[in-house]
Amino acid sequence: MTRPVATCPNCGARVEFRWSSAVQTVCPFCRSILVRQDVDLTKVGTVADLPPSSSPIQLGTAGRYHQKAFEVVGRIVYEWEQGGWNEWHVVFNDSTSGWLSDAQAEYAVSFLAADSLARPAEGQADLGRRFTWQGKGYQVTAVTRARYRGVEGDLPFEYWDKEEVRFVDLRSDDGGFATLDYSEATPLLFLGEFVEFKNLTLTNLRQFEGW
Amino acid sequence: MVEALVRSLTCPKCGAPLTVRAGDLTVTVVCGHCHSVLDAKDPSLKILQTFEARVRPAPRIPLGTRGKWRGELWEVIGYQIRTITVEGIEYSWSEYLLFNPYEGFRYLTEYQGHWNDVIVLKTLPKTYKGGGLAGGEKASAEVLGERFQHFQTATATTTYVLGEFPWQVHVGEKAEVKDYVDPPRILSSEQSAGETTWSMGEYVSGEQIWRAYSLPGSPPPPTGVYANQPAPFARAAGPVWTAFGAFAAVVLLAAAWRFGFSSRPVVFEHAYQYVPPTTPPSDSAAAAAAFVTDTFTVRGRTSDLELSIRTNLKNSWVYFGLALINDSTGAVYDFGRELSYYYGHDSDGYWSEGSPNDRALIPSVPPGRYYLRVQPEGPPGGAFWAVTYGLRLRRDVPWGLAYLFALILLSVPPAALLLRNMSFEHARWQESDYAGGDDE
Repeated sequence: MTRPVATCPNCGARVEFRWSSAVQTVCPFCRSILVRQDVDLTKVGTVADLPPSSSPIQLGTAGRYHQKAFEVVGRIVYEWEQGGWNEWHVVFNDSTSGWLSDAQAEYAVSFLAADSLARPAEGQADLGRRFTWQGKGYQVTAVTRARYRGVEGDLPFEYWDKEEVRFVDLRSDDGGFATLDYSEATPLLFLGEFVEFKNLTLTNLRQFEGW
Repeated sequence: MVEALVRSLTCPKCGAPLTVRAGDLTVTVVCGHCHSVLDAKDPSLKILQTFEARVRPAPRIPLGTRGKWRGELWEVIGYQIRTITVEGIEYSWSEYLLFNPYEGFRYLTEYQGHWNDVIVLKTLPKTYKGGGLAGGEKASAEVLGERFQHFQTATATTTYVLGEFPWQVHVGEKAEVKDYVDPPRILSSEQSAGETTWSMGEYVSGEQIWRAYSLPGSPPPPTGVYANQPAPFARAAGPVWTAFGAFAAVVLLAAAWRFGFSSRPVVFEHAYQYVPPTTPPSDSAAAAAAFVTDTFTVRGRTSDLELSIRTNLKNSWVYFGLALINDSTGAVYDFGRELSYYYGHDSDGYWSEGSPNDRALIPSVPPGRYYLRVQPEGPPGGAFWAVTYGLRLRRDVPWGLAYLFALILLSVPPAALLLRNMSFEHARWQESDYAGGDDE
């Protein structure tokens, strides 16, 4: 995988992209949020200190999902009253990208759904409501008001100007997982499934003392 | 880079030292000294609650204990007691929160020596309404193709907490808990504040836990029957039924061989006619109808002889006084056979009763020269025609009943097991919402 290199317009540091199709990245030195426009990088904001995280995953962690190798290239961090969670942006060896979410060591892999899939308006996705996407039935199991806490690394879209984000989580009866992110005018829909940590065969994980 | 997960803190209320073992996953930590519930996300450890503990229960697996379980290392980081009240009586169980920084969390629960290994489910089970407590089919739940029967619904109150948790705990918190069982597994839903969490437990023995966590002494012996405790004989049932199947197959094969390959040679066959007297005969006249057959040879080892009698009896009866007599030793096998055969038409159509033919087995007949003594008797007088009958003796006829008896004897152990399991299941369901009912 070729890694495009650019210069941070804020501090002049060398910024290496982990993913050639990244739309947004964060300068690892000055924490400027950089958005790519053609070949130029524009600073759109700054990431405050990310909250400490005990996730075993980090940028550069590699693994496999359904026989496809992937690498963790970016991250969005959220917090809510019962803790925090990470949405890790993963890029597969066929250059497609998806999300590995780690909510207090509960792991799921999901992909941004096509725009053509209908999604409910914010007030219409209450607990217990059922929806069907791509032939699979899902039920709303959690509605969460989360605080956007920051980003790291390469993302497939611009994602920085957020405060509170309303999430609707759904599950199916066979391990399927879906999330609706109501932070955009058209809610973002992610479809995927829960995964076992072991089955991801992750490498380059964080090491914890005594473990 | 190796990072630390463990943090050492000081209780803001009493100054006692605190340990946080799960890094930033911990949301609440409890001071074991003054029973303050603290906000682990707050740098100054805001006191969320201080609870009165009437007793200070010591977890059977101390906080910080690590054990190898299902191939992974797990550390006990939290402990809570939850209580339900049924008909005025409180029932409490313990929950141990286990942590592995990569695998996440799992639980061990203990109630009166009964342990369950519990994981939170990510798959949403389907639930089915039953016929209610009155009877009929129990409510049930299904997940990943496994069906669980509803066992109990109760409101569980958190009555004691210790250690740390990845969610906000507080004493007095209530949740509606529904248990569904398919021993050795238990499926539970917990509903609080609009959210439902499903978990799956599997019954494990205290010994397994003591081994995994290298605990001193021995586990407390379990009391009574637990909701998803596998019937202790259920494990024996498999081998017992297998053994039964194997022996039964041997018996059936032996029977098939016996019936299939036995040559059953005919040692004697003859047809006769009997004309009943027109008036009731005197005893001596009846005796006069008796005759003996020619002698015949019975060969081989001591075995049975089958006598078959075929008649042209119609709406009448005939009785044969019979004796098989050994020509050389004089040994006598005395027996009698009565045949009757009636038929006709009535308002219900055709009917018949009895049979014109008969078979009898004479067991254990040694080889030798034999003859039969035959004394037929029929209804005297009236319009009666002669009875034609044939007698045939065959050697070495298999006795089907013997095989049947063998099968019945063989089925005694599995049947006993079945009964014991039924009584175990009865005891199990006595602890459920369905206690007292005679269903199941």
